[in-house]
Amino acid sequence: MTRTDVQLMLDVKSGDEESFAILLQKYRSPMVNFLYRMVRDAAAAEDLAQEVFLRVYRARKQYSPSAKFTTWLFRIATNLALNSIRDNRHRQMDLSIDAPVEDDEVRLELPAREMRIDEFMVERDRTTLIRRAIAALPEKQRAAVLLHKYEEMDYGEIARILDCSESALKSLLFRAYETLRVQLAPLMSQPVAHSPGERRPS
Amino acid sequence: MKCADVSKNLIAYLDRRTNSADRGEIEAHLTVCPACWTRAEEFRRLWAVMEEVPGIEPSFAFDAKVRQRIAAEPRPRWFRWFVPQPRIAFSMALLAGLSIWMVKMPPNDLNSAGKGQDFEAIKDLGVLENYDVLTKFDVLDELPTGGDVQVQKPQPEDQGSEKGGGS
Repeated sequence: MTRTDVQLMLDVKSGDEESFAILLQKYRSPMVNFLYRMVRDAAAAEDLAQEVFLRVYRARKQYSPSAKFTTWLFRIATNLALNSIRDNRHRQMDLSIDAPVEDDEVRLELPAREMRIDEFMVERDRTTLIRRAIAALPEKQRAAVLLHKYEEMDYGEIARILDCSESALKSLLFRAYETLRVQLAPLMSQPVAHSPGERRPS
Repeated sequence: MKCADVSKNLIAYLDRRTNSADRGEIEAHLTVCPACWTRAEEFRRLWAVMEEVPGIEPSFAFDAKVRQRIAAEPRPRWFRWFVPQPRIAFSMALLAGLSIWMVKMPPNDLNSAGKGQDFEAIKDLGVLENYDVLTKFDVLDELPTGGDVQVQKPQPEDQGSEKGGGS
């Protein structure tokens, strides 16, 4: 019989190391991917993912199944990613120390929309363009989109991870997708090339 | 339903997470509103485009690194039970310090004054014990009042003795 994530975590709590290995194997790939899409740095994403699992292990004795395991796991991951992004931003502040940094502001390193599209159309690198468009979203919008689109979580779970109401989350998602719709408009008119292993839209 | 209401629920509609009533209203609006219909179609295409982004795989050493970091965590020791928690230790130290300070504190003047008053009260304790006797001392009522009080003159023997004594 397959144990649920909560049951596995409760077994970890009672000292079963093998259950932790199962959770690690199950969630390492989604975790590294989520963090990579959040921080856009593979090495940093892997370090952060290790930190997430380490924190889960450290907190095993205090674990109580008040919510889904994935809610808890991705909440830790989201907080770590947001802290990492903010730390990196502070390190980059010497580029423009007087420029105000707000959540809704587009990151400095991104050029103007037309310029970026032209540049990337020359490169024919749709993937990079999509990744950069997602990375250019404000952090909370980005986390919401990643959890919704790639982790396929329901609104209630995402709202708990991001510590906001479902109504606020829907608004957040709408604004994020609206930005992406405008940013990636040139790609949407082109045929979508799917590789055999990728998920197709429903 | 207006465009603003549709916008609010469009993502949930495309996710097929709206109830049937909302779904019906949104679909009715989409058939008459080209702007909302276009937006809904573009969202669908956007999601398809976003699927193009491939994921990355964790490195082969990922599990080993996690295990290494877990192994590096400090293990609980058998004597840990005897080591007090920081808060408890702080409270105990504070309580001990306060006790020592109170014991070593010199007696103040108020206390010594209090002791003196106590001593006076103890000295007059006999009077207090006879208070009822004094208040009910009927003999005092029989005494003449005011100017009727006569002072007894000394007796002759007393005078003689005084004279004899004085000579």
